[in-house]
Formats: sequence, structure tokens, C-alpha cells
Amino acid sequence: MIDKKPILELLEISKAYPGVIANNRVNLEIKPGQIHALLGENGAGKSTLVKIIYGVQRCDSGKIKWEGSEVSQITPQIARKLGIGMVFQHFSLFDAMTVEENIALGIPANLANENLYQNIIDISEKYGLRLDPCRYVQTLSVGERQRIEVVRCLIQNPKLLIMDEPTSVLTPQEVDKLFKTLRRLSTQGVAILYISHKLQEIIDLCHVATIMRAGEVVDTCIPSEESPRSMAEMMMGANLMTPKKNERMISEKPYFCVNNLNHQSTMENGIDLKDITIQAHKGEILGVAGIAGNGQNELMEILSGEVRASDTSSVSIDQVSVGGLGPRKRRENGMGFVPEERLGHGAVPEMLLWENAFLSGYQSMKLMFNGFMNVAKSREYTEKIISSFKVKTPNVNVTANSLSGGNLQKFIFGREILQDPKVLIVFQPTWGVDAGSAAYIRQSLINIADRGAAVIVISQDLEELYEISDKISVICEGNLTKPKIIENISVEHVGLLMAGIKPLENDDLGDQ
Amino acid sequence: MSELVVPVLLTIITASTPLVFAAAGEVVVEKSGVLNLGVEGMMIVGAVVAFAVGVKTESATLAILSGATGGMLTAFIFGFLTLRLLANQVATGLALTIFGLGLSALIGHGFVGKTFSGLPKIGIPLLEQIPVLGSLLFVHDILVFLSVIAVFLITYVLNKTRLGLIIRAVGENHHAAHSIGYSVVWVRMGCILFGGSMAGLGGAYLSLAYTPLWVEGMTAGRGWIALALVVFASWRAWRAFFGAYLFGGITIIQLHAQGFGVDIASQFLSMLPYLATIVVLVLISNNSSRMMLNAPADLGKSFHASD
Repeated sequence: MIDKKPILELLEISKAYPGVIANNRVNLEIKPGQIHALLGENGAGKSTLVKIIYGVQRCDSGKIKWEGSEVSQITPQIARKLGIGMVFQHFSLFDAMTVEENIALGIPANLANENLYQNIIDISEKYGLRLDPCRYVQTLSVGERQRIEVVRCLIQNPKLLIMDEPTSVLTPQEVDKLFKTLRRLSTQGVAILYISHKLQEIIDLCHVATIMRAGEVVDTCIPSEESPRSMAEMMMGANLMTPKKNERMISEKPYFCVNNLNHQSTMENGIDLKDITIQAHKGEILGVAGIAGNGQNELMEILSGEVRASDTSSVSIDQVSVGGLGPRKRRENGMGFVPEERLGHGAVPEMLLWENAFLSGYQSMKLMFNGFMNVAKSREYTEKIISSFKVKTPNVNVTANSLSGGNLQKFIFGREILQDPKVLIVFQPTWGVDAGSAAYIRQSLINIADRGAAVIVISQDLEELYEISDKISVICEGNLTKPKIIENISVEHVGLLMAGIKPLENDDLGDQ
Repeated sequence: MSELVVPVLLTIITASTPLVFAAAGEVVVEKSGVLNLGVEGMMIVGAVVAFAVGVKTESATLAILSGATGGMLTAFIFGFLTLRLLANQVATGLALTIFGLGLSALIGHGFVGKTFSGLPKIGIPLLEQIPVLGSLLFVHDILVFLSVIAVFLITYVLNKTRLGLIIRAVGENHHAAHSIGYSVVWVRMGCILFGGSMAGLGGAYLSLAYTPLWVEGMTAGRGWIALALVVFASWRAWRAFFGAYLFGGITIIQLHAQGFGVDIASQFLSMLPYLATIVVLVLISNNSSRMMLNAPADLGKSFHASD
């Protein structure tokens, strides 16, 4: 569509890490105004490639050309000077600093002047990315944190914007807004290199797609001429399975209940939970939709027992009050949890896989022996997780942080599901996970519900919730709506509820 | 009355100045995410080098400069080991202290019993003529003035400048700082060298002004007090300054108290800085978000770019 000289050319880029070839002779060309998708599974080498473009990593061999001339050495500073901006997948933010300081750090010194405060407000208003420059990052939700990264790039008027999975934490409305922004930038001649696992988005947004697998470019395509399925299959080099819902027995009585729970947030600038009632039945998946920072973190803490409920009877499993119990005791009562943060919350980053498996499963899998760790049994359990959940790892003796996001998430899911919980609570189960792994994780959630577990999925990803949930509730500003049967409520309706807008209420619509 | 009090207050200033230098320098080092436990070692090397050069050249300026350089070179060993060879910071810092004590004894061997003329007093024109306050605040040697200026500068740079922002960013999250494009290793090396020269100045003050002679092990644990002060001050240079004066004050008042026959065990008083540090740690770690805003999150962690 655009017949211009490429703004960025990569020629035969290769990069190897000990034991892995991350990029093998990769060629790529991006033109001004082009929205260029980079597709591939977790670990296909996309992140490494964009890090090379942005100068965070240096390539072993190959050439980078910018506006036709070769760039011999590239560092993030040089990249920014050339006009390359990047939104990182793992945010490069500083928790103990304010939004303004974080932005100042990521832009050239001459822009970080006394006008910066006003600039941030102007840009964030112009593009609908609400930000308060004075807030400390540690008090912000994941979605808000990402806005900082986006604004940090836009403030520099980039010619090429690299976005590594920008929408995984945004609501449909936020995604729409972001896409409007990106399209506007594109018509202004800004090239965008876009990495995402959400293939429908790519079809809606991108002009061209380059597909990577195992470090190599395997294909290119025009996304608007493809289907999500066909692109997923190009990425995987195999057929994609779609999660399949089965008819299942749903218990008459709710099994896991939260009754009229009020909870004051323990986090700074947190959201208080107001009169929350949840009734999770066995054999049922309850989806909780909501924009990040509307009380999901607090809800997860209360459900998992990391924070105790003030009224112990307000949380119960099978009519036994567990509100006063911590996570370990709740696990004893048949609960399992998958928190949002994989590294540091779901798994200890510096510990080995089998140690991580031991930490959550030592009670239910009986991995203790007279007060000692049963190492052999723990490894056996870990190997079972790896084989039954197809976790790609050389062995059980690697640290959790050496696994790619999707693989680690599969591992954490496997660890919880093999313990056969009766109540499974998961938070953003497929955040930043590739299509193949996401499908696998969703299927395993359906399977455990088939086996009679009560499952609660807290997620922003409506597509996902519609794929797996039986009922859906919406959390907004700490209030939780009554659950509706998923077939009886439209995505648009849920989207409005998430944004806090009460659509014309039709109370008999699938009310429980 | 003022004839009695002013000399006591003046000795408090001289007792506190070495602590101010060492603690303020260490604030910068720790803000960049490096825990250098070798402050004692860097101080004593600074002390002996400054004294040796002072005796040989009779030049106060050269003595001060070489004291700072001595501390800086000692710090460079630490920086090279921890940043380049990724050695454990705690172990390296402890080793640096032991090394510094030994090295200073070796260098100082020939200087035991020699004397140095001390640092000349400088009065600030006009201000020094204010009664009482003038002689208390505005007539000092150059290092006392320098220590106050350093604290102002450090506070200003850390909080108000881009350089300070970068230093704090590196200490807060070295991976993020690296991916935005700051050289974690060079920023930290710069801070370590600065901290070393500050510790060196603290040591130089001891051997040039506080007691202008060389005695083996003359820092007598001041480096450790400085380290404790950094935490006590929750990583703020100006609080470290007041902390240093508090402990300097306690030391001097203790001496005078003994002179007046008040019986407080000196061991109890020398224990106080550490006790106060523990209390402060308990108070700030009580509130996790306040802890996060004060303590550098990546303090003491090694950084390697490929992680």
C-alpha cells in the first residue's frame, strides 16, 4: 500500500545465547506508515529481535539499516535519537518513583525539562491515556503502568514505534482507543512494529505480518487476507485446537461462597471491595471481567487468603468458613490458585522448577517425608507436570525465570491442576501467552471444571472469558455485578459494565 | 557560659565530620544499588595516605587530595571485583575492610610517632565576627566546610537532577535501567568511586585534623557507624548529616560526662548508633510502601546484562 523506501531494514541478523539460537539470519523491512506485525510463539525470538533493534541486546552478526544507511552500533540512546520508541513487554519501570520521573528517565535529557509535567498531561489527554504524573508507580495497576510506557514513547515523536504485546492488559475500550492512536500515528507516517498474541487484533490493525518460528522468519502474510486460525497455524507449524466446552453436571448448591464481603484495601490507592457475593458451583466456570485496577487484586488476595477477611464467615468452602485462613490452610481445604504475576508470585524466579513445584504441592502431593523434602518424589511430580502440560524445558533443574512466559504459565497451571483442586481461582491466566499455549491453558481450565471443580477466572480478556466461562460477572470500582449466563449477555454489554456505565438494565436477562 | 559550651560544641563538630563524609558518600553508593561494607577499610587507607603525604610534603592540600585518592583507589578494587567479576558485595566489602586495615598498618609503619601541623582554620569574612556563633560556625578548617557543602550537593544532585534520577533508577531496578539504555556498571562504578573518595576524606580528617597523628586502626569502627547511619537516615544525605552530629555529639558528651563523674558505661554509648539503627529499621520496615520508597530495591544485587 505504501510505496516508499523502508525506514528500517534488518539483514541477516543472528543472535545466539548459550544453548539457544534466538535469531537465525532474520531479514525484516519496515516502511514508514506501515503497521507491521511480528508473530510467533513464546520463545520464537521476537523479543530478542526487537531488543536488538532498540539496542538493548547486540546481535552476533548481520546489519541494521536506518533510512537507507547502515547503523554500526546501536544503543537505546542512539535508537531514541534516530526516532525509535519502544514499549516493553516486561515494563521497564521503577516502582519507587513517580510517573513523571519514570518518563523523564526514558526520554532524552533535553525533553525532560520543566514542561514535562504539562507534556505528559497533554499527550495523555490527546490519546486518551489517563495518567497522573505525580503518582508512584507501585500504586498503579498493570494497565496504568503500560500507559506510562506508551506515553513515554509518544512524547518523543518517534518515527518507528515498537510495541511488545501492548494490548494484553487493556480492556476492549482501551484497545479501541489505542488502535485509534496507532492508526492516527500510521497516517502521520510513523512505522509501527507490533507484537501481539491476539490474532484478531493483528487482522484488524496490521498491514503486513512477519511470522517467526524457532528464531527464523518462516512466512509473511497480509493479515486482512487471513483468519486467526490460519495465522496461528503458520506460527505453530501445526494445527490449532480450539477449547471445547462440554455439557457438564453443575452442582445444585454453590460450593465456594463469598457472602456480602466488605474489605478495605491494604494497598495504597487500592480499591475497597463493596458487598461482594460470589457463588461458585462445582462444574462451573465463573468469569470475572473488569478493567485492571477495579479491585481485582484485592479480590484475588481475599479469595486466596493472602489477606484475611475481617468477617471469617464471609468466605466458605462447602459451608465451612475459611475467611480467617491463610493460603496454605485454604490449599488444605482443596483450593488452588494461579496469581497474575508469574515471576515472584506464582513462582520463585531464582528457584528450580522442582523446588517451585514442591512449594505449592508439598501438602496435597505429600512431598514431605518425616519433615524432610522428598526430592525424588518432588522431581517425579515436576516431570509429570512437564510431560502432561507440554512445558518446553531441558529438565526439572532449571530456574523458573529461565522459562518463557507461556511455558512458565503452563508449568504453574500444571502444578495446580495436578493437585486436583476442588476450587481453582486464576487471575489473568493467559496474559502474554502465545495462542497455542493459551488454547492449551483454556482447555485445561475447562477440563478441570468437567471433573467437578468450581473455577473462578478473573480476566480482562473478554474473548477468553467468552470462550470458557459459563457465567460472567463484572467488577467495577470494587462492586461485583450479579452473574449472568454467558449466552445471555453480549460482549458490548459487558464492556459497558466494565467501564462503569449501567446499560439499560433488563433484569430478567439470564439472571441467576 | 559560652566560654564553656563553645569548645565542647567545636569538638562535636570535629568528631562528627568524619562520619558525615563517610555516611554521605555511602548514601550515594547504596542509592545506586551497591552495598559497600568496606567503608572502614576505605577510611583508614584515606587516613594513612593523607597523613603520610602530609608529613612528607607539609602541604595540607596535597594531603587532603591524596586521602581522597587513597579511598577512591581502595573503592576501585571493590568496584572491579563486584561489578566486573560479579563477586558477592557483602563478602567483598568485609574483605575490603580487613584489607584496608592491614594495608594501612603497613603503609603507616614508618609514620608512627610523627606529627602533622594540622589543618589551617579558615574564617568566613564578616560572618566570623558574629559573637559566639561566628567562632562556632564560621571558623573551621576546609574539610568541615567541605563536608557541609558535600551534603548539600548530594541531596541536590540525588533529588533534583537527571544524574540523581539515573543513580536512583539504577539502584531501584537495574534491569529496567539497562533496557532503557543506562550503563548500570558505569553508573555504579562512578558512585562507588565517589563513595570511596568521600570515605577517604573522612579518614583524612581523622589523621590530619581530629588527632593529627597516625595510630594503627585509628578509625576505631567509625566506618561501621557510618554504614549504620545510612540506614538510620533512610538513605537521605541530610538525615545522615544530622545522624552523624547526633552520634558525634554523644561521643563527646560521653567524654565530658565521665569528666564530671556521671557514670554511663562507654560501651553503652558506643552501642547507641547500632541500637538506633535497629529501631529505625523496625519503624520503616513496619510500613512496606514507605520501606519501598526509601530503600533501593536492588541494593546488594549483582547485575549482569544478559539476564
